[in-house]
Amino acid sequence: MPIPSALITLLLGMALVLAGLWVGYNVSLLPVDASSNAPVYDALFRVLFSIGTILFIGIVGLLLFSLVRFRRREGDLADGAAIEGNLPLEIVWTAIPAVVVLFVGIYSYDIYERMGGMTPLNDHSAMHANHSALGSAEQPGTAAAIQAGSVSIQAAAVAPTGDGPSTGDGKPPSRVWAGIGAGSDQQGALSVDLTAMQFAFIFHYPQANIISGELHVPIDRQVALRMEARDVIHAFWVPQFRLKQDVIPGQPTLLNFTATRPGTYPIVCAELCGPYHGGMRSSVVVHEPADFEAWLSKNTPAPPPTVASSNSTPTA
Amino acid sequence: MTSLAPATSNTPELSSGEATHGSSHAEQDHGAHSDARLFGLATFLVADGMTFAGFFAAYLTFKAVNPLPEGSNYQLELLLPSLNTLLLVISSFTFHRAGRGLLRGDGPSCRRWLLITAALGLAFLGGQMVEYFHLPFGLTDNLFASTFYALTGFHGLHVTLGVICILIVWWQTRSGGRIEATSPFGLEAAELYWHFVDGIWLVLFGILYLL
Amino acid sequence: MTVASPSDLQPPAPNNQGPSGQGQSLGLQPEGWLRYLSFSLDHKVIGLQYLICAFLFYFLGGALAGVIRTELASPISDFVSRETYNEVLTLHGTVMIFLWIVPVVNGAFGNYLIPFYVGARDMAFPRLNAVAFWLIPPAGILLISSYFIKGGAAQSGWTAYPPLSITTPALGQVIWILSVLLLGGSSIFGGINFIATILKLRRPGLQLMQLPMYCWAMLGTSILVVLSTPVLAGTLILLSFDIIAHTGFFNPALGGNVVVYQHLFWFYSHPAVYIMVLPAFGLVSEILPVHARKPLFGYTTMVYSILAIVVLGLVVWAHHMFTSGTPPWMRLFFTIATSFIAVPTGIKFFNWLATLWGGKIALNSAMLFACAFIVNFVFGGITGVALAQVPFDIHVHDTYFVVGHFHYIVYGGTVFVIFSSVYHWYPKFTGRMLNEDLGRLHFLLTFVGFNLCFAPQHWLGLNGMPRRVAEYDPAFTTWNQVSSVGALLMAISTLPFLINVVVSAFNGKPAGANPWNALTPEWLTSSPPPVENWIGEAPLVTHPYGYGTPADRIDLGNATGEQIWGDSRR
Repeated sequence: MPIPSALITLLLGMALVLAGLWVGYNVSLLPVDASSNAPVYDALFRVLFSIGTILFIGIVGLLLFSLVRFRRREGDLADGAAIEGNLPLEIVWTAIPAVVVLFVGIYSYDIYERMGGMTPLNDHSAMHANHSALGSAEQPGTAAAIQAGSVSIQAAAVAPTGDGPSTGDGKPPSRVWAGIGAGSDQQGALSVDLTAMQFAFIFHYPQANIISGELHVPIDRQVALRMEARDVIHAFWVPQFRLKQDVIPGQPTLLNFTATRPGTYPIVCAELCGPYHGGMRSSVVVHEPADFEAWLSKNTPAPPPTVASSNSTPTA
Repeated sequence: MTSLAPATSNTPELSSGEATHGSSHAEQDHGAHSDARLFGLATFLVADGMTFAGFFAAYLTFKAVNPLPEGSNYQLELLLPSLNTLLLVISSFTFHRAGRGLLRGDGPSCRRWLLITAALGLAFLGGQMVEYFHLPFGLTDNLFASTFYALTGFHGLHVTLGVICILIVWWQTRSGGRIEATSPFGLEAAELYWHFVDGIWLVLFGILYLL
Repeated sequence: MTVASPSDLQPPAPNNQGPSGQGQSLGLQPEGWLRYLSFSLDHKVIGLQYLICAFLFYFLGGALAGVIRTELASPISDFVSRETYNEVLTLHGTVMIFLWIVPVVNGAFGNYLIPFYVGARDMAFPRLNAVAFWLIPPAGILLISSYFIKGGAAQSGWTAYPPLSITTPALGQVIWILSVLLLGGSSIFGGINFIATILKLRRPGLQLMQLPMYCWAMLGTSILVVLSTPVLAGTLILLSFDIIAHTGFFNPALGGNVVVYQHLFWFYSHPAVYIMVLPAFGLVSEILPVHARKPLFGYTTMVYSILAIVVLGLVVWAHHMFTSGTPPWMRLFFTIATSFIAVPTGIKFFNWLATLWGGKIALNSAMLFACAFIVNFVFGGITGVALAQVPFDIHVHDTYFVVGHFHYIVYGGTVFVIFSSVYHWYPKFTGRMLNEDLGRLHFLLTFVGFNLCFAPQHWLGLNGMPRRVAEYDPAFTTWNQVSSVGALLMAISTLPFLINVVVSAFNGKPAGANPWNALTPEWLTSSPPPVENWIGEAPLVTHPYGYGTPADRIDLGNATGEQIWGDSRR
C-alpha cells in the first residue's frame, strides 16, 4: 500500500504542476500589451497565475478528497485517530510556502527592476532627457525647429514648477516624490506634463507647447510623464500599459513608459476623486513616429510660444 | 469574583463588576482584582500611547518631508517648557510620596502630597497657557504650528484629566472615603496614569523642542 | 504547570465562588428577552446583543451592496445619482467593516465564548464590556442618519482619503469620523477586556498552551486592536481638524501631506484585516475538530503562526500605497513583509487540512461553511500574495481585482466562518438545533452566489475597471451583470437563513447540553447556559481537542463524563 500511494501522489503532483503551468501560460486574462513594460508584467502574471493555480487546485483537491474519503459513515460514532501533530510534516509545510514566497519575492523584485521601479527618481534625469532630446538629430525638420524654439521654454517651465504653491516651501525645486522610472535617463525621451483635476486629465507638451485632453505619444520612444493634481488625488492608469501612478496634489510624481503598439487605449482615473470619478477617462493615442510628428505640427499653436504663456505648469 | 453584580462600592470606571459582593475571601480577592484592573489600565495606556506614537510619527514625517516655507521657521523658547518639564517630573515623585503615605496609613501626608501633585499639574497647565499666548504662530499658520498645537494640546488634555483624577482621589482619601490603605486601587490607577502622562511629556519635549 | 503565567501568583479568582450571590445580583437585571435590550453585564447576553445588532447592520450593508450592484448592472450611471452612489459605497464599506464583521467575530463570539474557554464566569470588566457594546448602536444610527442630513453622508469611501474627504460635504464626513471614533473606542474597550480576561482570569490550573485556539486568536486580535486602533483615532481627529478648523495636516493647499494620512490610516486598516480574519481562523479551529472528530493538528505551530501574523500584520501597511508615491525601498520592504504573511497563514491552512485528514467528517451546515471558507480564503490568499508584489499591484491597485480579492478574504473568509459559527453554536445559544435542510440550501445559495458575484471581478480589474465607479466601459457589461446576479443570489440566500434562525428558535429540535459531543468548555453546561456559566465548579479542560483519546486521559475536573461525552464514548 505505501509504495503505490506514494507513486500516485507523485504522479498526481506532477500532473498538477503541469496543469498549473498549462493554465498559467494558456489562459489569458489580460488586455493587449501596448508598452515595453507590459510583456515584463505579463511574464510575472503568468508565473503567479501558474503557482496560484497549482496551490489552489492542490489544496482544494486535498480538501475535497478528505471530505469524501473521510466522511462519517451512517451510525459511526467513533472518533478519528488522535493525531495531534507531526513536527517534520509541519516543518515541510512551513518550508514550502516560505520557499514559494521567497521565489516569488525575488522574481518580482527582478521584474520590478526591469520595469525601472528601482531607478532613482529626480527631475534631473527628466530634464537631462529633455535637453538631450533637443539635440537629437533624427528629428524631422519641423519638430526639431519646434523643439529648438523651446529651449528657453523648457528652462522656464521647470523653474516655476518647483515653486508650485503647495510644495514650494524652500526645498530644491522640482522634487519628484516617486513613480516608475524605467530608464529615466534614456536619450530622446518625450516629456509631457499631466495635470489632473476633477474630472479631467490635461496634458501639456512643454517642448511643443501643446495642451491637449488626450495623450498622444509616438511608438517606441520613451515618454516621461510628470504628474501633479490640482485638487484631490487621482490616478493615471492605462490598463494596456500595465502602469498606474497616483496623481497627487502637492507631490509631483513621475511615470516613464514606452508605448509599443499603435492604437488608442483608455486612460482611467483609478482613485476615487468625487462624483464623476467613473467618468474621468481619457485616451492615449499611440502613433507611428511620422503620424506623431504630423499631430505635433498640426496642433502646435501658430504664434511662437512666449515664456509667459508656457508657464502652464499646474498650480493648485 | 467576576460576578454580574452591580458592584457594591469600590468601583472606579474600569473595575466595574470586578468588586466582590460579600465574599468571605474579600481581602484575598482584592489583590487579584486590583491587579487585573491595573493590568487593564496599563493596556489602555498602551493604546493611548499608540495615539501619541501616531502623532509623533506624523510630526517627524512632516518635519522630514514637508519643510516649512522660508522665513517661517520658529525657534521655540526653551526656558518655560524646560521649567514645565521639571514641574512634571517632580510631580511624579510627589505622587509617589502620596502613594507611600497611603500605604503607611498616613492619610494626612497622602492627601498633602496629592494636593502638591495637583498643584504642580495645574502649574504645568498654567505654564502651557503662558507659552501658548506668547507663541508667534497660530493653529492654522502652517503645518508645524498645527502639529505643535495638536500634540501639546492633546497632552494638555491628558494633564487636565490627570489633575481632575488627582482631585477625585484626594476627595476619596478623606477618612471614610473609598480609597484607603487596604483598597488603594483608585490611587494606584491615577498614579500609573500620571506617570504615563509624565513619560509622554518627556518624549514630546525631546521630539518637539530639542530635536 | 509548565507555563508560568502572571495569574499563577494570584489567588484563584473567578471560579471558587459557585453560583452564590448571583440571584441577588441578577435581581437588578431584566428577565427574558428584555435582557437583550438592557445594559446587561452577562457576557452571554452581551455576546448575543453584539450578534443580533451586527446582523441588523449586515442586512443594511447588504442592501447598500444591492444598490451598488444594481447601479453596476448597466454601464451608465442610471440608478442613483453619482453623489448618492459614493455615499452608498462609503456607507457599505464602513457598515460592513465596523458594524458587522468586527463586532461579530470579536464582540459576539468573543464575549460569548472567551469566558467559557478560560474557565471564568464573566469577562474581566463586565461593565466596560456593556459600555463597549452600547457604543455600537448609537454610532451606527449616527452613521446612517448622516445620509439624511443636508449634504448627505460621507462620500470619500471608507478610506476617507484627504483631500477628497476635506472637500466633500463637511457635516457628513465629520459625522462619519465621529461614528468611526465611537466604534474604534468600542473596539479598544473590547480588546482590553479580552486581553485581561485571557491573561488574568484563567481558571487555576489552566495553562496558556491548553487554551482553545480561539483564545489565542482573540489574544492576537486584541493586541492588534490595542496597538493600531488608537492610531486611526488620532489620524481621524487630525482629519476632523482639517475639516472643521482648517488646519493643513493633510491638505496640500495649506502645505500638508496627503500621503502621511494614508500611512497612518493603513497602519490601522491593514491590521484591521487581521482583526477581521484572525478570530475567524480561531473559530474555524474550534469547529473543524468537533465535526471531524479529530484533534486540532499542530496546536503549537497554530499558536505561533497567530503570533507571527500579529507581528507581521503590523509592518505591512504600505502595500496599500504602492502607487501613492512611496519610495522604491519602501515598496520593496513592504512587498517582502507582506509576502511572508503567507507563511504562517499557509501553516494554518495545512494544519486544518491535516485536521480533516483521517477524521470522521460530518458534512453538516457548519462544516460546509467552514470548508467553503478554506476554499474561498485560499483563493483570496493567493491573489493576496500576488497583490503584495509591487509590479503586479501597480496594474491592479484600486481596481475591481482588489475588490474581488478582499471580498474573498472578508466575505468568503470571515462571513462564511460567521455563518458556520452560527450553525455550530446556535444550539448553545438557544438550546435548539437549526434545520439542516434549510442550512444546506442557505450554504448552496451563498456559495454559488458569492463566487458568481466576486470571481468575475478579478477579470474586470485586470482588464481595466477601476473600483468605486458608478459608470464603466460598456465592454465590461456582461461580467458586471453576472456579478450582479451573484449578488442577487446572495441576497436571496439570507431568506432560508432568516427563516431557519427565527423558526428554529421556537420549533427547533431540542439540542441538549452537547449536541456535537464537543470537548470545549462551553459544551460542558446546559444549553443555554446558566447565568454564571456553570451550576457547579467550572470544569478544568486541559485537552479541548482530545478527540480519539481515551476518556481517562483527559482531566475534566469535576465535570462528569456523561455531560461531556454524551453517547459517543461510553
